This record gives sequence, C-alpha cells and structure tokens, in this order.
Amino acid sequence: MKHRTFFWFFLPSAAAMFLFIALPIVSVLMQSVFAPHQQVVREVENCSVFGCTKTTTVDLAATAALREAEPLGRFVGGSIYTDRNHLAFSEVAVLASTADGISTFLDGLLNLPFYGALLFTLTYTLVVTPLSILLGFVVALAVNAVPRFLRGPMIFVSLLPMIITPLVGALILFWMVDARGVLGALIQSLAGDPNLSVKASTPLMWAMLMVYGIWSSAPFAFVVYYAGLQTVPQDTLESAMIDGASRWERIRYVIVPHLLPLTTFMALIKIMDNFRVFEPIVSFNASAHAQSLSYFIYSDLGGETRLLSSAAATSVLTILGVVVLLSPVLVRTWKTYGRGAA
Amino acid sequence: MTTRIADRRPPALLIALNGFLVVWLVIAAFPFLWTFWGSFKVEGDFFSKADWMNAITGPLTTAETGSSFTATGYVGAWVQEEFWRAALNSAIVVVSVVCISLTFGTLGGYALARSSYRYAFWLLLVALVFRAMPPVTLVSGYLLPFFEWNLWGHLPTAIIVLVAINQPFTLWMLTSFFRNIPKDLDESAMVDGCSRFQAFRYVIIPVMWPGVITTGLFSFLLAYNDFAVTAMLLSKENQTMIPKIASFLGTTQTKGNVMFAVSSVVSVTAPLFVLVMFFQRQIVSGLTAGAVKG
Repeated sequence: MKHRTFFWFFLPSAAAMFLFIALPIVSVLMQSVFAPHQQVVREVENCSVFGCTKTTTVDLAATAALREAEPLGRFVGGSIYTDRNHLAFSEVAVLASTADGISTFLDGLLNLPFYGALLFTLTYTLVVTPLSILLGFVVALAVNAVPRFLRGPMIFVSLLPMIITPLVGALILFWMVDARGVLGALIQSLAGDPNLSVKASTPLMWAMLMVYGIWSSAPFAFVVYYAGLQTVPQDTLESAMIDGASRWERIRYVIVPHLLPLTTFMALIKIMDNFRVFEPIVSFNASAHAQSLSYFIYSDLGGETRLLSSAAATSVLTILGVVVLLSPVLVRTWKTYGRGAA
Repeated sequence: MTTRIADRRPPALLIALNGFLVVWLVIAAFPFLWTFWGSFKVEGDFFSKADWMNAITGPLTTAETGSSFTATGYVGAWVQEEFWRAALNSAIVVVSVVCISLTFGTLGGYALARSSYRYAFWLLLVALVFRAMPPVTLVSGYLLPFFEWNLWGHLPTAIIVLVAINQPFTLWMLTSFFRNIPKDLDESAMVDGCSRFQAFRYVIIPVMWPGVITTGLFSFLLAYNDFAVTAMLLSKENQTMIPKIASFLGTTQTKGNVMFAVSSVVSVTAPLFVLVMFFQRQIVSGLTAGAVKG
C-alpha cells in the first residue's frame, strides 16, 4: 500500500489514539511535576489603642487569579515522586538506617502507601495469572471429555464469569461472602467462629480478591485451551499410541508442546489485565486492607480534593511498571517479526 | 462423529474429570442464580443473620409484602432512583462506541494488514503498549484539560475516550482478520481500475462482516463493562449503569436499600447473558483468533 493511501486509511484511528492516549501520557507527565498553587497569604496589621497585632488572611481573589492564570500549578520538579505517598526516599532512608533487620525494614516499607499498593498489585498478578491458567486448562480437559452435545451449554456457563462486568461480578461475590451471606455463613461454620468476617481481616480480604481474580479470568484460559485441544494433531496422537506411549506420555509429549505457544500468549494478556486490577477493590470496599496501583490513582482522583499531581505521579510510575513487565514480550516480538516485516 | 481411539479415557479418569467439571459449573453459575433469586427478596432475607436458607425461602419477604417474591428492589432502583436514565445513557454510549470504533478500526486495520512497510509493524507494537496501560492512568491525564476546556461530564467526551482506549485492541484483531482475506481479492479489483478505497468499498466490505461482528462484540463488552472512565469523566446526570451501581453502594447502603444495588446488578447482567447466548460462537472464535496464530 502506498504511503499516502495508508495515511488516509489510518488517520481516524491514529488521531483518536494520539489525542486520547499519547497526549494524555504527556499531560500526566506534565502534571506530575507541577503541584497546585498554595493559597496567597497576606499579612495584615491591625492597630488599635492596645497596640498592633499581625494577622494573616487568605487572599481569595489573588489565589483564584493565580490558579486561573496558571492552571497547571507551580513547578516542583521530581519532588512529588519522592514524597511520602510515592517513592518516599527520605522515609526509606530513615527505615534503612533505623531498622534492625530485613523484616522490620520490609514491614515499614509496606506501610508506605505506594509500596503497599505495588506489593498487592504484583502479588495479585503473580498469584492469579498462573492459577487461573491452570484452572482453565483442567476445565478445558474436562469439557473436552464430555459428549459433544453437552459442550455448548457448558461453554456458555463457563464463559459467564469472564463476560460479566468486573465491578458487578465482584459485587455478587462480595454479597455472598458477607457475614450474612451464604458463603460467609459457610466460612463461619467451617472455621467454627460465628463472628468471623472477611471484611475485617486483611489476609482473608486478599484471599477473596484473588479468588475473585481466578474465578473471573479462568474462563479465558479455558476457551483458548479448549480451542487448542480441538486442533491437536490426531495423527501424531495415534502414532504415539502405536509406538506405545502411555496416556501421560501422550499428554506430556504431544498435547503440552502443542498448547505451549497458547500459554505464552495467554500469560501476556493476563499479566496485562491483572496488573490493572481495580474494580474488585471498589466492589469489595477493600481499600483499608488492599490497594492496587490503579485503585491508588482512582482514590487520589476522586473525592472532594482531587489530588491530580499525586495521581499523575502514580500513573507515570504505573506506566513504567507496565513497560517493564512487557519488555520481554516487546523484545521477543521485535526479534521475531520486526526483521521479517521490513 | 465417532470417538477416536486416542480420545478414550479410563473410567477413573473420566469420573474425576466429570466430578471436577460439575464443581466448576456450580462455581461459575451459582453466584448468578443466587443473586437473581435473592433480588426478589427483601434485604432481611438476602442478608440473613439468622439462617442463610432465608434467602431461598424468604420468610421476612412473606411477612413484609405478603408474597414470597417482591419486585420492590427493581421498582426502587428503576423508578425511584431513576436507573432507567443510566440505562439509556449506557445504551447511547455503547452503541456509539461500537459504531465509531469499528469504523475507525476497519479502516486502520485494513491499512495495517495491507502495508508492507516497517512502520506498520511499529504502529502495532505501540498499540500493544497502549493496550497494556491501565485506563485509569490515562484518566488522570484527561481531568485537568477537560476541566479547563469544559469538556468534562458530557456523554460525547466519554464516548470518544472509550473509542480511543478501544482502538489498540480493535486494530490488533481486525489486522489479523484482514490478513486472512487474500490479497489477490482487492489487488485484482485494483488491476481492473478501482482505486484503493473503491477496492475496499466494493470488494473487502462485503466479505468482512464475520470479523467485524466478532470485534464489535468485544468493543461492546469494553464499553458496557467500563467503570474507570465513565465513573471519572461523567457528571451525575450523565452517569451510565456501572458507576450508578457503584454510587448506590455509597448512598443507599446506609439507608438499608442495598436491594436497589442487587436488583440493578441483575438488570445489568441480563443483557450480557443474552449476548453470550446468541454470540457464543463468535466470542469463542474471537478469543482464540489471536492465540492460535500467535
């Protein structure tokens, strides 16, 4: 295709992505190095017969004018990145010098909001991704073993947890594990503690969030593996049998190698999706126990005072995290396709 | 189709697999059935301290309303809390997002699939990075400019933002789809004197619908399920369904009207069920399209 034709065909899509993805990244970068203006304070001297007192008042008009003139705020460089709510350099330095062991250091580190959110996000991604892929694989094997006419309805049911709106799916689960809900009652009777509440316990809350994550992302792995199982070369399987391969050996040497490329693809998609975990924390009202990077940004943006600079700094750090996570894939894609495409 | 020898399994393995499958199906479907059933009860039954069986039999519902099923949750949400307005907004947003992103996506995807230059590859790689970014990071970039230019709070703003966030995925899917349509088709049209656009219009468009429908389904799901963008960029009167449900939790849980949220959750789920029922095949093929080739 000629350059000129390509340009016109690609223009609408490129314009949308440039204006609403590329420029916002620039905007986030800008905002993260500016802080809101402080209020303009004037010192007024009140004199009376008893002498003079100095009082300070906020000059509202001047503050508004300043904010109007420079909506971005004042330039503060990298100080937002290093403050307590983000990378917290000085707090970490204090911790490093005072902590008497690696565990106290880590405890202190994870009490800092950014590191806490980072830890939850990474734990969630690293736990949910492999477990959901594994669950999906077993479900695919099981569905593949039932008679053909039953498979349609089973695929329908299995797709539901994935297709459901994340916020809504998490809410449904949250209501069920409520101390007055059916799963909550079950957990209480299993633990033998009638006052046990998932809402009140940090480890239980983390576990529930991850259970939700596995529940909602296993169907994707199931569908991909199920489709993969349909294309397993039957001839290879049969010749392996003739050669005396056991059932386990057939799985190990024929089916698994066939499904391996699918696993890489799925792991990539799932890591991207799990890294942005956000809605379940809103639904579970879990912010006291677990915060993810996305939720951290969301809570800065919402509320009465919109902490735009703080949210922007977290966003930049999150985007860097995404790039780091993706870098092996990007390098691999570049190596495989990049040279061939030219 | 007869069972192949290679498909035969020992009975013990079959029992284990089928048992596992039953457990999985219950895990996948039970939460929906439970919530659907419970949405016709009063709060005291759906959240019962005394006995979880109350959510099924509904003694308090019978005592309060005279029948074991009640639609008060639905009436409260749809009429009193004006959930219908949110549903209407959702419909506008979803239909516009699907139409616009498919239009942009087919043009762009076709161009990427037919271009043999290196920049097409780079564009796809950039799109992959864009696809990986959490939408909420972009939202923090929108807020300040949108406030400044008075764009905040309107439906068209949310629509165009969702279209843009949707583009990377749409481009990837449609590019791989267009690559499967033989080049000879449009090239022979061009040999016959068509311009590139005419070839696209008269030769490609008639054969592209299966891929477009599949991609459209995923655009639909993205727009319908979105919370981060619609919650932060829409004003209260323009809210779509998902942020509206989230706002129920903030305001009505204290009033004891959590049943509004339960009934609206069921209302939001219903269209998704219908969608999966009708388009199961397309959804499955769409999910696997990227994987089987990648």
